[in-house]
Amino acid sequence: MQVTVCVKQIPDPASPYQLEPDTHWLVRPDEQILDETDRYGVEMGLQLAQENEGTVSLVSMGPAGSMQGIRQALAMGADEATIIDDTELKGSDALATARVLGAAISSKGFDLVIAGTESTDGYSGVAPQMLAEVLGVPCLTYVTEVSVDDGKVTVHRQTDAGYDVVEADLPAVIAVTAGVVEPRYPTFKGIMQAKKKPVETKTVGDLGVEVDVDQIVTSITDAPERSGGEKIEDEGEAHLRIIELLERKKVI
Amino acid sequence: MEVSGVGTDRYHFGMSQISLQKPDPRDFLDIDSLLDDEERLVRDTVRDFVRREIDPHIGGWWEEGVFPVELAKVMGDMGLLGMHLEGYDCAGTSATAYGLACLELEAGDSGVRSFTSVQGSLAMFPIWEFGSEEQKQEYLPRMASGELIGCFGLTEADSGSDPSSMKTNARRDGDDWILNGSKMWITNGNLADIAVVWTRTDEGVRGFIVPTDTKGFTANEIKHKASLRASVTSELVLDNVRLPADAVLPEVSSMRGPLSCLNEARFGIAWGVVGASRACYEAALDYSLERVQFDQPIASFQLTQQKLVEMMVSTQRANLVALHLGRRKDAGTLSPQQVSFGKMDNVRNALDVARLARSVLGANGITLEYPVFRHMANLETVYTYEGTNEIHTLIMGETITGIGAFD
Repeated sequence: MQVTVCVKQIPDPASPYQLEPDTHWLVRPDEQILDETDRYGVEMGLQLAQENEGTVSLVSMGPAGSMQGIRQALAMGADEATIIDDTELKGSDALATARVLGAAISSKGFDLVIAGTESTDGYSGVAPQMLAEVLGVPCLTYVTEVSVDDGKVTVHRQTDAGYDVVEADLPAVIAVTAGVVEPRYPTFKGIMQAKKKPVETKTVGDLGVEVDVDQIVTSITDAPERSGGEKIEDEGEAHLRIIELLERKKVI
Repeated sequence: MEVSGVGTDRYHFGMSQISLQKPDPRDFLDIDSLLDDEERLVRDTVRDFVRREIDPHIGGWWEEGVFPVELAKVMGDMGLLGMHLEGYDCAGTSATAYGLACLELEAGDSGVRSFTSVQGSLAMFPIWEFGSEEQKQEYLPRMASGELIGCFGLTEADSGSDPSSMKTNARRDGDDWILNGSKMWITNGNLADIAVVWTRTDEGVRGFIVPTDTKGFTANEIKHKASLRASVTSELVLDNVRLPADAVLPEVSSMRGPLSCLNEARFGIAWGVVGASRACYEAALDYSLERVQFDQPIASFQLTQQKLVEMMVSTQRANLVALHLGRRKDAGTLSPQQVSFGKMDNVRNALDVARLARSVLGANGITLEYPVFRHMANLETVYTYEGTNEIHTLIMGETITGIGAFD
């Protein structure tokens, strides 16, 4: 089974993001890390490939830079990677991203595409659905559990109340949620081998796909300062007030 | 002065360029730029592991005096155990990568770094270096995976800096060996499945692989420690322990055996303490920027700034020393005396940094809510173990004068 995992390199969220003053686009440093949410997709991909004697390919769009993030995913155990790095794609929206990833994925063939639910730097949350449309295959979202059997993929789709069990014929796209599988650490052997694994860098021209990058960010505003919240001094009764507060907010 | 063509972040000044990029407070000299991608990935992986698995719990473990032995498997899966050894399911990384891993582990806690130092450098290394092919096949893969835990017995209650005065002995009995004696201050002693024990014999100093379930072997945990509390320290007692002929490490019969292991471990310590030092400096920096007295952050006071700069400079300098030793080890040009330089100087500097950081944190500095006091207490052990500060001083003293002061 050929599993393709969509991964994204993002600036380390630990350091504050910078935006270009004219375009309001994110400044992408040479060194970017693997999006935290993609670690779950990679882990699920590796588990499925192991159970089904498959391979795991990575596909990514964005400036390749030092490829630190891609290497991180290869060191976890993925077999190969394709990066579409093209200055023409700077400022792409979700649809352009889906078209480019779709072209790269279909040119290599696939049985199952795994994506995260949304990236940690863009947060559009619609790229997986658009990608499925571009590929002409079903899309299963908010996936917390997945199994593959007999040409079908069966997943648990998280809902407000619990989960739905949903199945689809392969090939398909699934979008996984974070925190449901425990992603493995890259292994040191994997890190040593990651350099030797095939990584292909492509341009839009190589893929023969036409994309319009016509999204404009017209303005940006700083997020409002968080208000102070409510301080509860504990004089022995604090737990009751916290319970009352949580009940009022309908959390419990 | 003219603005160069490459951008506004550099000036030409005479023949040289000056960067206008401000240094990172956490990596002032940009030591990161001296690492390659692979090394950075190893570093980031261990840092991530420490952030997830160690930092949230270490204060509690330290207070309770426990080492979370279940972490051995996780470390094994990553390839941390015996990572710089080749073959036998070991990762085979560079010595520099091993050093970086030690640094990140010890930024968590010296006890956690000690666990991996003992497993990799003191228990696996002698088997890898002096063991038979059968011994390597039997033990190394399972030790690399964390399934088997090892310890190293050289020091005795009355034989510390002078290890060749050891009393523990082994004598032949037919094909077998009989071991008698005791070892003291043994990290991982009560966790270990096998102990690499050094003894005097009629044929010189020899090392044995002792399964800890062998009759006559007992490990007694040393309690009431005020340092390295998230680490198991034990006394090993060997009372007529009978071992088969193939338990002895065949390739060495002198003090060169245990000393070469120590040299490996000391290299890891020279790196590791940079992590403890960094953790203390960063805790002090963060605290000083948030703590307000006299209506301003205490970081705005000259005395505090001086402390912060001392800590930063000391940590960066120790890091450069460690990296230099790492590069030399990878090039095969590192001498034991140069390892002494790193062990002696980096540990004492880390201890100074920890004490300075404690003073910046004031009363909060004595609690386990912050890492500083824990590191400070741990470093008192690190100052003494694996060759005391004094012994390393005298090794270097002998090297520069040609006169030995202690033997």
